[in-house]
Amino acid sequence: MNPASRSPSGLPASEPARHRGLLARIHLDLPLLTGLLLLCGYGLVVLYSATGQDLHQVEKQALRLLIAFGAMFFLAQIPPQTLRRWSPWLYTLGVALLLAVLIMGVIGKGAQRWLDLGFMRFQPSELVKLAAPMMLAWFLSSKPLPPNWKQILLSLVLLAIPVLLIAKQPDLGTAILVASSGLFVLFLAGISWRLIIGLGLLAAAAAPAIWYLMHDYQRRRVLTFLNPESDPLGSGYHIIQSKIAIGSGGIYGKGWLNGTQSQLEFLPERHTDFIFAVLGEEFGLIGIMILMAIFLFIILRGLYMASQAQDSYSRLLAGALVLVFFVYLFVNMGMVSGILPVVGVPLPLISYGGTSLVTLMAGFGMLMSIHTHRKLVPK
Amino acid sequence: MSGNLEFKNYRREGRLFTRRAIMAGLFVFILLGVVLGRMFYLQVIDHEHFTTLAQDNRVKLIPLPPTRGLIYDRQNRPLALNRPAFNLEIVPELVPHIDQTLEDLDVLIGLREQDLERFNRLRRQKRHFESIPIKLDITQEEAALFAVNRHKFPGVSIKARLTRTYPMKEIMAHVVGYVGRISLKDLKSIDASNYAGTTYIGKTGVERSYEDILHGQVGMQEVEVNALGKAVRVLKEIPPRPGRSLRLNVDSALQKVALDALGDVNGAVVAIDPRDGGLLAMASKPGYDTNPFVEGISSKAYKALRDDPDKPLYNRAVQGTYPPGSTIKPFMGLAGLELGLLDLKEKKYCPGFFQLPGHDHKYRDWKRGGHGPMDVDSAITQSCDVFFYQLAHEIGIDKLQQYLKQFHFGEKTGIDLMGERKGIRPSREWKRRRYKQVWFPGETVIIGIGQGAFQATPLQLAAATAAIANGGHYHEPRLVSAILDESNGDVSPEPGKTHDIPIRNPANWNKIREAMEHVVQGPRGTARRLKNEHYRIAGKTGTAQVFTVAQDAEYDEETITKKMRDHALFIAYAPVEDPKIAIAVIVENGGHGGSTAAPVAKKVMDAWLLGTPDIKPEGATK
Repeated sequence: MNPASRSPSGLPASEPARHRGLLARIHLDLPLLTGLLLLCGYGLVVLYSATGQDLHQVEKQALRLLIAFGAMFFLAQIPPQTLRRWSPWLYTLGVALLLAVLIMGVIGKGAQRWLDLGFMRFQPSELVKLAAPMMLAWFLSSKPLPPNWKQILLSLVLLAIPVLLIAKQPDLGTAILVASSGLFVLFLAGISWRLIIGLGLLAAAAAPAIWYLMHDYQRRRVLTFLNPESDPLGSGYHIIQSKIAIGSGGIYGKGWLNGTQSQLEFLPERHTDFIFAVLGEEFGLIGIMILMAIFLFIILRGLYMASQAQDSYSRLLAGALVLVFFVYLFVNMGMVSGILPVVGVPLPLISYGGTSLVTLMAGFGMLMSIHTHRKLVPK
Repeated sequence: MSGNLEFKNYRREGRLFTRRAIMAGLFVFILLGVVLGRMFYLQVIDHEHFTTLAQDNRVKLIPLPPTRGLIYDRQNRPLALNRPAFNLEIVPELVPHIDQTLEDLDVLIGLREQDLERFNRLRRQKRHFESIPIKLDITQEEAALFAVNRHKFPGVSIKARLTRTYPMKEIMAHVVGYVGRISLKDLKSIDASNYAGTTYIGKTGVERSYEDILHGQVGMQEVEVNALGKAVRVLKEIPPRPGRSLRLNVDSALQKVALDALGDVNGAVVAIDPRDGGLLAMASKPGYDTNPFVEGISSKAYKALRDDPDKPLYNRAVQGTYPPGSTIKPFMGLAGLELGLLDLKEKKYCPGFFQLPGHDHKYRDWKRGGHGPMDVDSAITQSCDVFFYQLAHEIGIDKLQQYLKQFHFGEKTGIDLMGERKGIRPSREWKRRRYKQVWFPGETVIIGIGQGAFQATPLQLAAATAAIANGGHYHEPRLVSAILDESNGDVSPEPGKTHDIPIRNPANWNKIREAMEHVVQGPRGTARRLKNEHYRIAGKTGTAQVFTVAQDAEYDEETITKKMRDHALFIAYAPVEDPKIAIAVIVENGGHGGSTAAPVAKKVMDAWLLGTPDIKPEGATK
């Protein structure tokens, strides 16, 4: 994977400009960008159908994508060292904002996830999605890897703080994403398999405690997941209808704009969290396989880019960001097809909505920054 | 030293990371494989199942109820119509604050307690996106008031539909009957799928007995619906076949004449065309307004009708059974003649009472001194009781009841109406079944004058009279004359059967008809006041005893409360040369038939034969 000729030597790199394309010069990675553009294009086509052919909403989403790509471009320009220096501060800011939201929520007597900045609503949890893996990567990379017990324990505490704050909002989907991003950093940092298995067993043992801490509606979702037919008109309705949509699509699908489940609105949240079912219904198994191929390409390219990074911080952060992207799509596809409980996780870059989009693309921007700033890093 | 360590760690860390990244990549592969496997299961293996479910989701069958056929009278006057009515309905799902909305509606157009009750009941039963009526049959003013304020009531709308209305109200109540909402009991007796979407079903009268024809055949619409159950597109449609309309033999103008003639007393008038059994009028007094029953009469109003001592709900013409009294005498006379137990000129002596051989009991004649020698003609004309006491005794109960059966006494007439009563034609068999007792000869004696256990409906009397008038053809009475079919022209309903009564000697029948003519036309006839110059009437008066006077006791009409007074009866047909109307009249507690029932019959026959502004005369032959 790591060609010997490019093997980092610890000496200052002297990468000649002629080996680099125009895109690399502005710190963009062509294969990854291609994958992302393909995905977004595919997404807009599905979205047009999923919104009931509402061009206005498609335009709005295209605009959001533009902003998100802007965020990606902006972050790609920031060198990894800068990101590294920011990490503890961003983390501290993120946790402080989460606390602020929580306190405001208590005062406002209701669940609250965002801060009103006047011109826009800002969700601190989105910032934390990036800040948490950055913080852990920063913390772990400052010491030799793999981390020792003390570091691991401290990392878990650092991770638990924002995760619990987000879960309290309550936003189970985001909490899972943040938690997994941190755990991926630990995994990539090389904690022992024994520990991984041990943590897994611990998690299984903690399940009853988690059950106890869950809100009623979250418990209901889990129960509904286990037996959707128990409440076909209530919370089971989503899963039943999306399974019908996907299943009735068959191998070739019913054709674009021809999905009865989606066009006749039997499918709830068809253009947001359940857009995958629209795709499955209208484009069938073939359409799903195309989507998966694009996803897989992006993930493999991302992992490759991570492995090419020159320092531990970059590698850990890049790897974690790519794997969180995978968690997004896996959890979404899993819940829509009925193999995972319904947690509010959108299908990345496809679902309608803006907040997670900007965060995701910002993450890809960091990835590109890590990759394209490589040879310029003085070591 | 430190740098060297860093360097070594760096390489090790790099290798470690690469291994972990490859592990992660493998993990991604496996999990995506799981999702793909799931997709394969849903989209390939279980595809059929989900296709069916998707189809069930999207396609709904909506029944298209047929419009109910109308009912017209003989002159095409409407008796039962469909009228557009407007309901105020609410789709709960679309209403943000339902309690507030109900309050506002109450302020705007007023809601009654029962409206709210029904709404709340239906709301529990129906799904939240279904439309539920809050106020039925709103007035035009209410509709206009709501329309102006429409924007304040999201989810509330006015729905148009057809409701049934009876313009003749109480005049035709018992004949036409009424429709009402389909009850659980109704559902057991109908093909429920044909009534999908239908609101009303015939409950009484012609509305009930011709339900099949009036209702029609339900249609179906196969529509594509969205998740809210709203139809988006029609896929297939089978239009309903509307119910067919009916024309009755009954002339509502004649019916009104009959009711007016009865005045304010209770009773019934049945007029039949003796040529075909068509019912020209079938009036029962008092009547009631059928319109409130359509939407469901309030229990208070229903109780008032049910508990009314005059029993307006009760159709006296077919459900009221009365002792026929002397109106049975022509049939008795005919039985005697035809059975060979009486000669045309044979005279019996009337001393004012009759005694069975070897018995002391005196069966008294209404005329204290007796009528003297009587033949069948004078016995009918003057309504001698003793003659018929003796005749009945001579015929004997077995032969007598056999003969009377041919005139459908104690049998259903077969009218096209449900709930007809059979009355009672006493016989040994009947008594054994009913009382487990043997028959006594004395019972036969009083049967001779239509008393005792004998019970007949006004319809039975009219139909039997028609059979005498037309010379022995017993037609099953028919209310409906035609089923109106737009495509095929008028269609006759299943025709009433005709039973021909065997005639041994036509002279016997002529004798009875003559005797009945003498009742009106003769100088000593009990209904001689009906004699007129326009047409000739044949008839027979009768008085049905409501309670029995003790032996030898004086009977003072004035002291007996009205309820205990005798029922007045009259049967007749006219014109005698070519009978066009046969009639039976009963005036409850009216006393003597000749004085109260006969004039009612006269008014009806006048109207029918001589015409009124509303009735085309059937033409009296002088």
